Amino acid sequence: MTVNEWIFVGLFLALAWLLPATPIILAKFLAPKRPNPIKQQVYECGVETMGNTWVQFRAQYYIYALVFLLFDVEIVFLFPWALAYNKLGLFALFEVVVFVVLLVVALLYTWRKRALEWSS
Amino acid sequence: MTDLLIDIGLSRGLAVLIAKTLGVFALATVGLLWTFFCIWAERKVAARFQDRLGPNRAGPFGLVQTVADAIKIILKEDIMHQGVDRWVFNLAPILSVMSVLLIWVVIPFTPTLIGVDLSIGVLYLFAVGSLGSIAILMAGWSSNNKFALLGAFRAVAQLISYEVPMALAMLVPVVLAGSMSTQDIVRSQHVMYLIAAPLTVLIFIIASMAELGRAPFDILEAESELVAGYQTEYSGFKFGLFYVGEFLHAFTVGLLIAVLFLGGWRGPFAEDVPALGFVYLLLKSFVGYFVVMWIRMTLPRVRVDQILDLGWKFLVPLSLVNLIVVAFLWKILPGTDSITSVGDALVPSLVLLAANILMIAGVGVLLREEGRRERARIMARRAAQPVSEPGSVADTAPAGAGD
Repeated sequence: MTVNEWIFVGLFLALAWLLPATPIILAKFLAPKRPNPIKQQVYECGVETMGNTWVQFRAQYYIYALVFLLFDVEIVFLFPWALAYNKLGLFALFEVVVFVVLLVVALLYTWRKRALEWSS
Repeated sequence: MTDLLIDIGLSRGLAVLIAKTLGVFALATVGLLWTFFCIWAERKVAARFQDRLGPNRAGPFGLVQTVADAIKIILKEDIMHQGVDRWVFNLAPILSVMSVLLIWVVIPFTPTLIGVDLSIGVLYLFAVGSLGSIAILMAGWSSNNKFALLGAFRAVAQLISYEVPMALAMLVPVVLAGSMSTQDIVRSQHVMYLIAAPLTVLIFIIASMAELGRAPFDILEAESELVAGYQTEYSGFKFGLFYVGEFLHAFTVGLLIAVLFLGGWRGPFAEDVPALGFVYLLLKSFVGYFVVMWIRMTLPRVRVDQILDLGWKFLVPLSLVNLIVVAFLWKILPGTDSITSVGDALVPSLVLLAANILMIAGVGVLLREEGRRERARIMARRAAQPVSEPGSVADTAPAGAGD
């Protein structure tokens, strides 16, 4: 059992990419292709599209992404703790409680700042 | 399989390599073809929920309906409209299927049959699961369509919000099992973790529903607001792949619930007869899948601000508290570090169950209070504007307005 198991994950990755791609390539040969200018218009419920599509978006999305980043990093730190938990003493729990509380304070701060409101 | 190859005269390393490679091929193919059955099952169940018959023409019980649909959809024209970012547009549906299919690598089907028993299985699940949101953003961004773009924005805001509680819920089985390998997690469930951590299961189901992006969390493709969200401009088999990805994901959520919380392949005699373990896993994952379908059929769509509030202000704090409480009890209960039989696991599990019931009751009281306050707020707002007709827009002011 010397074969590295990650090779198979890599292989599966390639397969998981290839298998869904097959019908798309197949459809290229099977499906009809008759483009015309009307058909190729952007579908916006029959109304002609106005201006650029990539318009400015709400800053709110950005704030959610920032808060998510904070917690994502937290979870990455929690995984090794959870893994070794049975081998650690009770002290490890308190350390993690302190760590989590720090982040909860951050969450409460964003909450109080009304950063988590959709329509602010 | 490996033994057979060694008998022919191959070296052990090469035999393992070939056997595993074939296994991976089989897993990927079966996983993808399994979708045909999932779509049929879901349509059938959905039909029964709505007092219809569902597909019943093609084949026995309409079983080959999905195959017919697939053949039809592959023959449809694939429209590439103007202004599309071709590469990203074509890659997005493939990626959305891939992100789901990759989960199957670490699913233990029987005590011996597993794609790859990664020692970091749960972390892998977490990492791969978040690929789906990239696929959706790619689809929405490249489509050159405002509906698609808005759908993608909403989708990403929703998906990243629910990834946090989902990961925190997945940490609980890791703490209980002391391992991130999915096979070890199944092995250590002498008493299934549903008993020990029902609150975690609830959080996991809610978060997974949101990750799936289906009703009641389907604002990313809310038909009445965004046409079809990020997949508005897709046609032909590329749309089909999004469809496949969604249904396969729904079943995979059932699989994950079965593996992480319902004891996977465990059951009477499963250790001796591996095939039996496979049947148990299938039955359990259909229980999970059915719950997912049931919620989808029953609940109406939730507003976008409500979804984000539910994620950040309710599920994130709750799952943090839940994790800490479970971890704390698991540490102070005697004998939890050497569980080898049902007898060892029973008492700690029941104590955890009691703690969970207490937590659920507490959350229920909090929610009722919050509900009362919210109702009072709405009534006050209504009293302030007596002119507005019942059910007019004034009652649901913030909605998705101007996102």
